[in-house]
Amino acid sequence: MKATVYVTIKENVLDPQGTAVQGALHSMGFAEVNKVRIGKYLEVELDTNDRAEAEARLKVMCEKLLANTVVEDYRFELEG
Amino acid sequence: MKFAVLVFPGSNCDIDCYKAVESTIGQSVDYVWHTATDLSAYDAIIVPGGFSYGDYLRCGAIAQFANVMNEVKKAAEQGKYVLGICNGFQILTEAGLLPGALIRNNGLKFRCHSTNLEVVNAATPFTNQYAEGDIIDIPIAHGEGNYYCDDETLAELKANNQIVFRYACDTNPNGSVENIAGISNKAGNVVGMMPHPERAVNQLLGSEDGKGMFTSILNAWREQHGAAVNG
Repeated sequence: MKATVYVTIKENVLDPQGTAVQGALHSMGFAEVNKVRIGKYLEVELDTNDRAEAEARLKVMCEKLLANTVVEDYRFELEG
Repeated sequence: MKFAVLVFPGSNCDIDCYKAVESTIGQSVDYVWHTATDLSAYDAIIVPGGFSYGDYLRCGAIAQFANVMNEVKKAAEQGKYVLGICNGFQILTEAGLLPGALIRNNGLKFRCHSTNLEVVNAATPFTNQYAEGDIIDIPIAHGEGNYYCDDETLAELKANNQIVFRYACDTNPNGSVENIAGISNKAGNVVGMMPHPERAVNQLLGSEDGKGMFTSILNAWREQHGAAVNG
């Protein structure tokens, strides 16, 4: 089973990289860009067919390591 | 008194910390590899700067699960002195020994220069040789030193006097909340800071204002163990 994990910076935490990319897009003429936030995308292959178990264990992985919940949010999708 | 300087793959301030302990207070000090499973012999543990595990995923994210960190947690609970410097501070926040997180500098640059710090709390085991309000010259060298915590945590830090150092006179190099450069846990025996006191122990290095941190730790330990103790 394959999991896709998205880790994003919490709304109330500044994202200076996103702000810099937004500035670059503006200078390129993309004036419509109101906001850019940069996050992380992880592909995790799991050796299990039990969806419920996979979800439960992924949640622990995210809470403990993949995201720092002080400053980041996470969500994941399961395929297969 | 016995010091341990932890070494992770990617640590690069471990030798500076070791030498600083030797040259400022002449106490016994050992390098301790991240696989160690016993720190009971040590009175103080320094988690040094660097790029542990390449800073992969987040600074300190992987190092928090090294074997030795379980021992650091035990030592912290026992009231031993734990000092995290730079990457060491990041590791201690990731491990939950200190509140908040260190995120990317607001200017995106790696900042490497001397800074003036205000000693906000001179009552900790790490700062008792300074006076509250002292301005000390200690260098920084980091790309992710922007201290962040939510409002509730900030109020708690203030109420418990856990803010140990601030960048002085609003010279905030990284965007840290309220100019915070270093904090302690509630009990005061665990301190994390982004600036490097171990790089400020000799005038040849530009400043010796960092010496006071090492003499403070020895002083606190002697007071705790009786002045007659030799070592």
